[in-house]
Amino acid sequence: MTANSTAPIISARGVNKTYAGGFQALKNIDLDIKRGEIFALLGPNGAGKTTLISIICGIVNASAGSIVADGHDIARNYRAARAAIGLVPQELHTDAFESVWATVTFSRGLFGKPPNPAYLEKILRDLSLWDKRGEKILALSGGMKRRVLIAKALSHEPSILFLDEPSAGVDVELRHDMWRMVRALRAQGTTIILTTHYIEEAEDMADRIGVINKGELIVVEDKEVLMRKLGKKQLALTLRQPIAHIPDTLKTWSLALADAGQTLVYSFDTRTEETGIAELLRALGEQGIEFKDLRSSESSLEDIFVSLVHQPKETQA
Amino acid sequence: MNFYGIRAIYHFEMARTFRTLAESVAAPVLTTSLYFIVFGKAIGSRMGDIDSVSYGAFIIPGLVMLSLLNESISNASFGIYMPKWAGTIYELLSAPVSWIEVLVGYVGAAATKSVMLGLLILGTARFFVPYQIAHPACMIGFLLLTAVTFSLFGFIIGLWADSFQKLQVIPMLVVTPLTFLGGAFYSINMLPPLWQQISLFNPVVYLISGFRWSFYGVADVDVAVSVGMTFGFLIVCLTFVWWVFKSGYKIRR
Repeated sequence: MTANSTAPIISARGVNKTYAGGFQALKNIDLDIKRGEIFALLGPNGAGKTTLISIICGIVNASAGSIVADGHDIARNYRAARAAIGLVPQELHTDAFESVWATVTFSRGLFGKPPNPAYLEKILRDLSLWDKRGEKILALSGGMKRRVLIAKALSHEPSILFLDEPSAGVDVELRHDMWRMVRALRAQGTTIILTTHYIEEAEDMADRIGVINKGELIVVEDKEVLMRKLGKKQLALTLRQPIAHIPDTLKTWSLALADAGQTLVYSFDTRTEETGIAELLRALGEQGIEFKDLRSSESSLEDIFVSLVHQPKETQA
Repeated sequence: MNFYGIRAIYHFEMARTFRTLAESVAAPVLTTSLYFIVFGKAIGSRMGDIDSVSYGAFIIPGLVMLSLLNESISNASFGIYMPKWAGTIYELLSAPVSWIEVLVGYVGAAATKSVMLGLLILGTARFFVPYQIAHPACMIGFLLLTAVTFSLFGFIIGLWADSFQKLQVIPMLVVTPLTFLGGAFYSINMLPPLWQQISLFNPVVYLISGFRWSFYGVADVDVAVSVGMTFGFLIVCLTFVWWVFKSGYKIRR
């Protein structure tokens, strides 16, 4: 750990990336990752998540901007910065003909650490790989290969761990094992940054959430705050008679039609004290719109994510 | 300096060599034996001495160089191309290693392997032809210098190649002709004057000539020129690799 433990462990300023073909993958990213947190980076495919991670890890050069990792500038002081970082890539890139033991030993050495078989044994045991240590990687299943990549990333005792889509193509058991391990690592002080498509995972695991879309970081917020701020409740009314459009007198309400006019959906803010439901029901009665059933629901992080990604930028919180 | 990093890369590459030891050793030894049988015994017995060295003995340094060049290039190019192809290069790029350390690891391992093979071929030659080595230290020096230089050249090919075809094309279309025309099987003094002049543009001429001098004390070109040219090529390769890593060309997007 560096001296100031309240300073962000990763600090990105004005990071831009334009690929050779002219595609701008990242636009002016400013991001601070707090020491010891689990940070989930969400975004649709091609949003720039992997590009951002690749820049921080040194795989891709930024076109502009600066990044400090664990107190070290990633360009000027790349050795110290990279030694602090472990990366589990999205793709299962492994040395097929190497044994599990050889590949983790290689990774530890590559990152400049003296041999420590006892430590590597512990990692392999934690990941249920110890029995497979002598096997060639090509003989392992996809899930086991994922474990090998995690073991490689942890082999040099990093203080920052990047997990890029760690649960893609992984069975339920491994996913649970992995999250248990991530929590244990966090408890030991490791900072974890993950990207995932399983938003319920982020909802379950992360302390803070960043949403990236089309190369822009549109939200960075505490998970709880984000859920409270952007979370919406919905009331769905199943109508007795379908309607073709919402009457003009009801235009002031946040209403939408679904199921071919059969369902009327009313969205309301969870933060306001008055939900407006009573007034709405009265107004519906005045319009002669009757309903046979109603149910209310609260938006999940997934709903929030979808609405963030599809909204034009100006209207975002 | 990340010594553990260099050691890890070197160890990884040598492990790859030893995993395929039978193929790595059998093929060059067999090829060289065939050369000795065909050129050394069958054709060589009807050839006169060159510079008062028997033809069978004359071709030994050239044959060793032939294998050394091919092995250095193929080991090093394959060594760095494989991680690019398999995607495992991500780890190398994200590791706290400098380009010099990466180079020392990969080129060191490739050169080690080709020097081992060169010595093995020299040993094999003993079964076919008697020969002496007039300047053993210089011989080893040339062996090492050539192995390192052409491993570097192979490393560059491996960085540049983005398909297995490209990996083969330079060794096949450039290196093989240059080695065959580099005086492995003849002295360039046996060529017409014009072709002698043209041959001087072939860097392999200097390698083989210098190497042969360390065996028999005779050379096509001055040995100092040979050493100078080899170092020159080494510097060209080093500069190019330095530029590649500096600019991130083809490896770091």
